[in-house]
Amino acid sequence: MAAANAHSLSQYAKYHNKVGRSRATSEATWVRYTLIGVALLFLCLFLFIPLAAVFVEAFRKGAETYFASLTEADALSAMKLTLIAAAISVPLNLVFGVSAAWAISKFEFKGKSFLITLIDLPFAISPVIAGLIYVLIFGLQGWFGEWLSDHDFKIVFAVPGIVLATIFVTFPFIARELIPLMQAQGKDEEEAAMVLGASGWQMFWHVTLPNIKWGLLYGVILCNARAMGEFGAVSVVSGHIRGLTNTMPLHVEILYNEYNYAAAFAVASVLALLALVTLALKTYVEWQAARNAEETEREITE
Amino acid sequence: MAALLQLKVSIQSIMHIQTIIHQLKLTAVALAGAFVFSNSASAETSLLNVSYDVSREYYKDLNPAFIQYWKEKTGETITINQSHGGSSKQARSVVDGLSADVITMNRSPDIDVLYERAKLIPKDWQKRLPHASSPTASTSVFLVRKGNPKNIKDWDDLVKPKVAVVIPNPKTSGNGKYTYLAAWGYVLKNGGDEAKAKEFVTKLFKNVPVLDTGGRGATTTFAQRDIGDVLLTFENEVFLIQKELGADKFEVIYPSISVLAENPVALVDKVVDKRKTRTQAQAYLEFHFSEVGQDIAAKHYLRPQVDSAVTKHAATFKPLKLFKVEEVFGSWSKAEKTHFADGGVFDQIYAK
Repeated sequence: MAAANAHSLSQYAKYHNKVGRSRATSEATWVRYTLIGVALLFLCLFLFIPLAAVFVEAFRKGAETYFASLTEADALSAMKLTLIAAAISVPLNLVFGVSAAWAISKFEFKGKSFLITLIDLPFAISPVIAGLIYVLIFGLQGWFGEWLSDHDFKIVFAVPGIVLATIFVTFPFIARELIPLMQAQGKDEEEAAMVLGASGWQMFWHVTLPNIKWGLLYGVILCNARAMGEFGAVSVVSGHIRGLTNTMPLHVEILYNEYNYAAAFAVASVLALLALVTLALKTYVEWQAARNAEETEREITE
Repeated sequence: MAALLQLKVSIQSIMHIQTIIHQLKLTAVALAGAFVFSNSASAETSLLNVSYDVSREYYKDLNPAFIQYWKEKTGETITINQSHGGSSKQARSVVDGLSADVITMNRSPDIDVLYERAKLIPKDWQKRLPHASSPTASTSVFLVRKGNPKNIKDWDDLVKPKVAVVIPNPKTSGNGKYTYLAAWGYVLKNGGDEAKAKEFVTKLFKNVPVLDTGGRGATTTFAQRDIGDVLLTFENEVFLIQKELGADKFEVIYPSISVLAENPVALVDKVVDKRKTRTQAQAYLEFHFSEVGQDIAAKHYLRPQVDSAVTKHAATFKPLKLFKVEEVFGSWSKAEKTHFADGGVFDQIYAK
């Protein structure tokens, strides 16, 4: 086995050498370097400089101001609310996304394309409209406003509204990530499991889930990033009560409007850090997924 | 053998996923716990003050003073939560169910809307507190660059050629509406008629290079993007600009006449009755008119309205000839209809 393995690897290396270094498949040196230079310049201008600016501005008035503005009561409650919104919306969308992707890719039923369109809806409409929908439904002048107010339920301008809006805008991320993956994998393994007498649950738990785990994790990470960063929809339903219904992005806006630039950028830097951690996790997941796929490939060929 | 290997891999991955799920559950439970706990800790009486955009600094000082006053008077500890934003948007939120115990705005139409749209307050809310329920006021003044290079002294200088004037959009901002009405009133008060006023305001808006949607946006355009020769905005905003962005860069110019921009306050009856906070909300509003309340307003360059406080702070505020919107335009709703409604006078002059 080891010998076979080494053999296939060396063949791969030969193949790669031929294609990768061939004159026919690459441009002249100066073209390559110009293109690379333009790409780097663009990246630098549009991604790196703004990111660096956030941290430079955040520390402009010194580390003391930086940490003071992060440990201030309103900032802490904004962070807490952001985490709560993400902690509720991500698991819910995880369950929904997996179920929807499973149903769509492994079964045939009427209205399937309608379901796919529905899943894409939050991508298609502006987040502000998404927020307004909830105000129109649950607001005092809305469909259920009277009833909710009589029974002392608060949805919009309170935490439930923020969570609802977050769920709505992050709705498609996991399902959209899984559907193409699961469709590509096909139903063969599931059918085999079924023939061998597995129940639906066993089939999902032992066959489907292990196959999609990296794609799933990737979806969760994207979903989480959006849940923590969402501004538009949340802004509409928040009511902007300091210390109660402000999430981190909203808090950044408020501080900025108050001329409190150092504090605004300090909170923004935490959001940026969260994004960087997300990126790192995403890269790790992609790398793991690629390695996994390679491993499976090798096992199958043997 | 391959199948065996794969089985092993899948078992490992399932265990892996199970631990992740378990950890997620723990985090969620911990978070939910923290949330419930923090909510029960703040079960004491609280008031929500829904306010306009640039009143934050004022309420940051006024609220602690009231909390202390109320504690000394009754022994009760209360908290006051603040919500700030563009005034019409804030009013809309209250109509849509944001449970504001009190609403503090910079224009009475933004409180009238609570009666018109949702019957949350009675029609005559402005009669419930002294000075038409307006503890403070401001006015539209001019801010020019250091040394006043374009030599701007009064309204007439704004319509001269090659003077760029920054005004927030009167369609979307209360600040801009007041400035527009001040210019109109200036002509009428100097013996001009409606046609003359329209001509003057038309010329004025020809000199506006950018119409920002709000007061803060206009400030940024003028002070940070360096656009325009003169900024027309509230007096309190002008002082704040000088404090935050450098007193040596700008000069304040007081026109011969301007508009009185009253800042009305009201408690929201439907909300306070439901939350049983009427006593506290009423006391909070009355505190705006107390000596301490008026002093704090003056500190933030809002003109006090109670007579004794006006005399006390006469040195801070230049005496100005100010007219009320009602005096010149009949009422706010009339002014709104003729000038700012779709197809109104502003649309006509700005389209040309």
